[in-house]
Amino acid sequence: MAQINAVDDREMGVAARIFAWIGRVFLAVIIPLIAFLAIYAGFIFLRDTHAPRWVMTIVAIIWGVGGIAALFWVFNGIVERLPDEWTQRLQPFVFVGPALVILLWYLTVPVYRTFWLSLFHRDGFPVGFSVFAPWTWPQALQSPAFVGLGNYLAIFSERLLQEAIRNNLMWIVFGSTTSVVMGLIVAWLADRSKFERVSKSLVFLPMAISFVGASVIWNFIYEVRPEGAAQIGLLNAIVVAFGGSPHPWDKWVAIAPWNNLFLIIIVVWLQTGFSMVLFSAALKGIPEEIIEAARVDGATEMQVFLRIMVPYIMGTIVTVWTTIVIFTLKIFDVVWVMTGGQFGTHVIATQFYRQSFTARNSGFGSAIAIILLITVIPVMIYNLRQFRETEAF
Amino acid sequence: MGGQTRTAIVIINIALIVLVLIWSIPTIGLLVSSFRTRFDIQTSGWWSIFPHRAWETVKVVDPKELGLDPDSVMEVEGASGSFEELRQGVESPGGDARVTWVGNKRLGRIEVQKKVWTVNWDFTLDNYRQVVFGSSFEVTRPDGTTETVPGQDMSQAFLNSLAVTIPSTVIPILIAAFAAYAFAWMNFPARRVSFIMVVGLLVVPLQIALVPILSDYNKIGLNGTFLGVWLAHTGFGLALATYLLFNYISTLPRETMESAFIDGASHFTVFTRLVLPLSVPALASFAIFQFLWVWNDYLVALVFLGVDPNFKVVTQRLADLTGTFGNAWHLLTAGAFVTMILPMVIFFALQRFFVRGLLAGSVKG
Repeated sequence: MAQINAVDDREMGVAARIFAWIGRVFLAVIIPLIAFLAIYAGFIFLRDTHAPRWVMTIVAIIWGVGGIAALFWVFNGIVERLPDEWTQRLQPFVFVGPALVILLWYLTVPVYRTFWLSLFHRDGFPVGFSVFAPWTWPQALQSPAFVGLGNYLAIFSERLLQEAIRNNLMWIVFGSTTSVVMGLIVAWLADRSKFERVSKSLVFLPMAISFVGASVIWNFIYEVRPEGAAQIGLLNAIVVAFGGSPHPWDKWVAIAPWNNLFLIIIVVWLQTGFSMVLFSAALKGIPEEIIEAARVDGATEMQVFLRIMVPYIMGTIVTVWTTIVIFTLKIFDVVWVMTGGQFGTHVIATQFYRQSFTARNSGFGSAIAIILLITVIPVMIYNLRQFRETEAF
Repeated sequence: MGGQTRTAIVIINIALIVLVLIWSIPTIGLLVSSFRTRFDIQTSGWWSIFPHRAWETVKVVDPKELGLDPDSVMEVEGASGSFEELRQGVESPGGDARVTWVGNKRLGRIEVQKKVWTVNWDFTLDNYRQVVFGSSFEVTRPDGTTETVPGQDMSQAFLNSLAVTIPSTVIPILIAAFAAYAFAWMNFPARRVSFIMVVGLLVVPLQIALVPILSDYNKIGLNGTFLGVWLAHTGFGLALATYLLFNYISTLPRETMESAFIDGASHFTVFTRLVLPLSVPALASFAIFQFLWVWNDYLVALVFLGVDPNFKVVTQRLADLTGTFGNAWHLLTAGAFVTMILPMVIFFALQRFFVRGLLAGSVKG
């Protein structure tokens, strides 16, 4: 893509180039920094006043959003008053700088910091150590706080962590597959029904519900009462009506690890809408002639579906499946609210939370986070490849 | 669709209706239950709002009037049994009557129950009053006595959620729109490598950042503030926002942009007057996505908002309710619905944009 108003650093002298970079970094850092300080000051002010809560809410919203918009405007104004060539050199960084700085602070640098943290024991770094100061490293690496890959070895040897990894595999295998298959079925059925819009909306609706809300909904379905009492949970009421005995399903240790399936159902219920929407769009993109041709050749509806439609939308299926896999890999809220990880239901993300924030074992928690990151790296590489192929950037 | 027989259409529709029912019943059950009285929720399933046959006491008699001897086998209304059996309740052979001895041998009475068609439509707003408001209020028990219960004050959490969610939605959109414009229409050094970073960060799990960011927040006093949560959601949503908006903004018609520049418009003018208005569909798609994500988020709030009850958002309050009142279904059902109402309204009103956003790849890492 050719650029409008292209400027090239190579046309500048060395001094000008250095100046340009100082200006750019300055702009990129200064906008978020001033925004931050201004909002922070406003915040302290709000915290110390005793205005009604709804007033504070409105002021906070206007302050936060308006403040950032105003900053872009002010700094752009300053840069536009500079000589033309300097405007051209610096203006892009008014636009893109804040985003890059925030991404660096919130995601890129934390990867590096968390990796370092994962090499140390539960209390984190020894005094005087900084991940950004290489001269402090040699001393830290010799301190007893440095455990090397010890935390990683512990992950694979500790029983609780093994259980979490096993459960997460169950989540990935059953959760993603069922969501994809159900989404495909609903999309296919809805496509040839008169109630397409209504039925798709209703299956899609759980997407708007939080995991915590969904946990309450399903906890109510799994609610168990002693045998003989009236069951108020739907599942046990059905089971009892058919002559079975009531069980605490997701909290039923006797069937562990299969009680995890009752938690997985919740996420299937939430995610099927997502896969259905994407499949529905993909199915509509299949040229009618291909399907008609197959029908003329005497293919049954089932054959048309399995041999023509599914292969045709395979790309979408892989994308949706990958997305749900990544999603179930990080599943946290449902397990945390439903069982708190008891009854053999811990997953990697709940162990991460427990180790990092409850047990205060930051080294171990960080190692778990790094494991999570490593598992998504193939997807990251795939995304970057796709990007390089499709964009003439 | 051609080529489908009538039977196939019927089967397809029935299968679809069954699936849709399975998907809707959990939410319907919650909604119905939230309007039932505390007593009803605890003693019968929510489906008893549908007509069903239930035992109803039709008369109470004194055993002495019937001349019954408690020490032998007795027969009342066709049901017979010893005293012990009658204490448990005995059904008549036809199954249409049940006889129960209530009380002890000497002073007891006999209740005769018949199965009748009935619906349980005793609806109330008490659950919502108790969950939403902070003040204590009186509830009436089924036996007529009253009890004072403390309110759960979810209205405050609702306001907190709004105060967290709206800036956490608007700020990343604003910052990402500027960045997306720069990536699409401006030339600058490190442009390519910066964008590769954006793409790479799309799938990075946010767990990786929680501990370092929390320690930064502790140092600068941001822990437990809305500002900290806004920035965190901005940071975690920014990669996706930039990527999506870039995909949209970079496809805007080149001629329109060029003619604006020829007319002497600056980048800032083109961005605010031309690009932002043209990008409304993409902005709306991401806004809905981010709004739902932040409103429904639990983990980020849990880590960065902490334990101060005054600042908790709805998901935290609801999770607390599950922990403290795990069996208080009258509170949990109403509470859950309070947390769900706003996302559901937005979802139904703006479903079109939401779907468009998903199709454009709103898939968060």
